[in-house]
Amino acid sequence: MNEVVNVLARTVAEAAALVPQPLPVPYGMLAELTHRCPLMCPYCSNPVELDRRNAELDTETWLRVFEEAARLGVLQVHLSGGEPTARRDLEQMIRHCVKVGLYTNLITAGVGVTPERLQAISEAGIDHVQLSFQGATAEVTDHVSNFRGAHERKLAVAGEVRRLGIPLTINSVVHRANIHQIPDFIELALKLGARRIEIAHAQYYGWALRNRGALMPTREQVFHALDVVEAARERLKGVLTIDAVVPDYYAKYPKPCMNGWGRQSLNVTPSGKVLPCHAAETIPDLDFWNVREHSLAEIWQASPAFNAFRGTDWMPDLCRSCERKEKDWGGCRCQAMAIAGDAAATDPACHKSPLHAHLLALAEADAAAGVVDYDYRRFSTPDRAQ
Amino acid sequence: MTAETASTRLPATGVPRLARGVRLRHDEARGQWVLLAPERVLQPDPVAVEILKRVDGARSIDAIIDDLIAAFAVERERVAADVDAFLADLAEKGMVEVEP
Repeated sequence: MNEVVNVLARTVAEAAALVPQPLPVPYGMLAELTHRCPLMCPYCSNPVELDRRNAELDTETWLRVFEEAARLGVLQVHLSGGEPTARRDLEQMIRHCVKVGLYTNLITAGVGVTPERLQAISEAGIDHVQLSFQGATAEVTDHVSNFRGAHERKLAVAGEVRRLGIPLTINSVVHRANIHQIPDFIELALKLGARRIEIAHAQYYGWALRNRGALMPTREQVFHALDVVEAARERLKGVLTIDAVVPDYYAKYPKPCMNGWGRQSLNVTPSGKVLPCHAAETIPDLDFWNVREHSLAEIWQASPAFNAFRGTDWMPDLCRSCERKEKDWGGCRCQAMAIAGDAAATDPACHKSPLHAHLLALAEADAAAGVVDYDYRRFSTPDRAQ
Repeated sequence: MTAETASTRLPATGVPRLARGVRLRHDEARGQWVLLAPERVLQPDPVAVEILKRVDGARSIDAIIDDLIAAFAVERERVAADVDAFLADLAEKGMVEVEP
């Protein structure tokens, strides 16, 4: 009898395994409205090949994409770039997002944004503003962004955002030139009335990979930074939320990149390509579909790029047999591509990867070499749109 | 009248409202209520949803409690403690503001 029950149970389990799992529903969408930006940060998350103004989606297409996103189940839209305020139709997009029920987050560099513009953005119904600071002081911000006076302008924008009553997050990407400023970044966020700060260690893809020699901090700096953040988090509970994007070259476990490929979020580029993450174009041969030809739901469900690394079936044995497979999701595909030359390899940031020691050696060599000059982010040839 | 015990953290006559940048909405795609905040999506439990639906910037904490008692026939003391603890927690996180 027991035997029969066991066999039955096994059959049911096997049958269940054959039934396709329902697709996850995305929570967030990063809308990169443009690649135009007055700043030239050497770790920019945009691709090395930037989209030009004449390749950008028009207003109508964006409005359709937001509508489709809301219908698909997206709850929050991050209006980003480049510099999203370079789009004159930004307010129109915000109003439309609000109308279809999307929570809107503006991710801005805060340079070239007038008080009048912010007022209009506020009136359009923006829910939250995230403002970047490249340094905690003018000297560092202006150097890293290669824009004289950027810091002063950002301070003014922060003040204006708070005056309008919009909740503010400060975003600071940290690397060798500013990692010692973490306490100052936190002080700055408090002084500006932010409720939240992101301390994001540079992630090495695209521009940052190209500039890794000038950006990579030492192991000591990284571990000290982690301690500083932990202590501040404890001290400022209820005052300031501190979210960290962890540095993974010195880590033991890889980051659970995007919380799994094609699982929670998607990214639309200025020209309409839909990516599982903003760096996905660094993986050659992935077939990205475009909102000009497909609906967002079709792309999410059926595009080859989204299905390439979804779930756990694509994983190498090392990951598939690991108890952390649904925690780390195999780490980052773009990093596997960049370091192992194979997007389906275990992320070398994982201590189980055969390339783990190699990754560590790369970081240590870069940190020790002391390159100082940046290869600043720019369009490949002069572009009249900047 | 609510007896204010030592454990009450918010004034019963205070009027709570969601802070700017915080929104409660029904999520059709997943069939649940969500509380949206900067870079956060929270899934309130059914009790929290009933409280949040009544946080409209007009009703006082006392009025919210009265409303819940009328709707669910529950004990005042218990509801008052739940509402206070929940809203005080959100207030501490900056997600709810209470007009005294």
